Amino acid sequence: MSIPDRLLNIPRPVIFILIGLAVFVPLLFKFLLPLKVLKPVKDVYDFIESLPEGTPVILSFDYSPDVLPECYPMSLALAKHLARKKLRIYIMTLYPAGAGFALDVYNKILKEFNLVERKDIVFVGYFPSIAATILGIGEDIRNVFKTDYFGVPFDEIEAFRDVKNYEDIKLVITISGAAIPESWMVYANGRYGANVAAGVTAVMAAQLYPYYRSKQFIGLIGGMRGAAEYEKLLNAHNLATKGMNSISLANFVMVLLVILGNISFFIKRRRKR
Amino acid sequence: MKKEIPIFIVFFIGTIGFLQYFFIGPISKSVYTLLLEWFQGVQGMAIVMAVISLTKRHLHNLKRKKDTFYSLVTLSSLYGMIILGVFFGIEKGSTFDKIYEYVMVPLNATTFSLLAFYMASASYRAFRARNLESTLLLLSAFILMIGFTSFGDMISDKLPSFAQWILDVPNLAAQRGITLGVALGVLATSLKIMLGIERSWLE
Repeated sequence: MSIPDRLLNIPRPVIFILIGLAVFVPLLFKFLLPLKVLKPVKDVYDFIESLPEGTPVILSFDYSPDVLPECYPMSLALAKHLARKKLRIYIMTLYPAGAGFALDVYNKILKEFNLVERKDIVFVGYFPSIAATILGIGEDIRNVFKTDYFGVPFDEIEAFRDVKNYEDIKLVITISGAAIPESWMVYANGRYGANVAAGVTAVMAAQLYPYYRSKQFIGLIGGMRGAAEYEKLLNAHNLATKGMNSISLANFVMVLLVILGNISFFIKRRRKR
Repeated sequence: MKKEIPIFIVFFIGTIGFLQYFFIGPISKSVYTLLLEWFQGVQGMAIVMAVISLTKRHLHNLKRKKDTFYSLVTLSSLYGMIILGVFFGIEKGSTFDKIYEYVMVPLNATTFSLLAFYMASASYRAFRARNLESTLLLLSAFILMIGFTSFGDMISDKLPSFAQWILDVPNLAAQRGITLGVALGVLATSLKIMLGIERSWLE
């Protein structure tokens, strides 16, 4: 078998091993690769920075475990930023499997920032109807957040005091690997003029850029890179920065493989002619 | 009447839902709030219906001894989690939470992560610069794949910005076209359903 033939037929297990190593090896070492913060991510950060202390903000975990590696690091980074800024955080989810992550992040920042439960932060749980929930918040949160996740009634939750709808809730952040940010954009921003920011998987980001450009999203955090950029802005390098090293190397290996495949393809084609 | 009544309900609710966008006032608002409450109720019932439907489907499989093992796993997982959640709590550290964290999360994430390996293999085999269109696709893929990684920043600090430009301009143009097409399609289909022209949802 000639060299171009061999390069055109690298066995699948070899490719799997190469990608596996590219993902795994960077996780063993602690190093920082350069990373430029792009405008869509900076816009989210700047908007949060501009909010005064105590402003109510919704952080919605609209994803399931399949997109955990991309969405969880940005969830944590955003939650930490909100807590650091001492905003009033309402954590919720419109995805049945999202409640677990939401609870996890809720417990983590509660502990790390010494927040007061139901005063500085409240976890309202999962809501089954996406459109009705988003629209309902636009009318009166009392009709939607009847209790928190642990069953404490609305009136006993200090974090809800003097808050009615999106006029009081100055920012909605949705983190998702599906089309839920579009629902937030259509119903919360379109109908009620709410400020919506989205943290999404890299695949979804391409789909949502038009809405960011038309200012229907105030900012966009796309994939692991977006999360790593956010961690850089916070100066708190964590899961996303580590993951970004792996993704960088894995992408590099993929590009090399495709280049190798193409070189062999051209050599073979020329020989045939 | 079996078809006429549902079509009438769809037409009536659809028309109200559409019109209330254009009329601002206390009546419009109260109708809208009422619809929202119903909407939540209907969505809640949809989940109950889904559980019933799934149960019926798998009980049917068990009776016919078809894919017995998979049906048993599905039913025991579904009702096991419901029982654990309802009777033993869902707070951090509960059995429900542990199963979620240590079984569901790793399984789900692992399945999705496998995609990276198959994508790498498929790209290597299928991504060929055969003609102008595929070459353009290949080039933009390279710029995005490298530009959005740290290697892009190492090569030139302009590469990430150029990758962002590809997303912001050519991608945006294509996405807007697709979105407009989809929106018009949704509008046409909604009208067809409301007017009873499209009736496949009744079957």
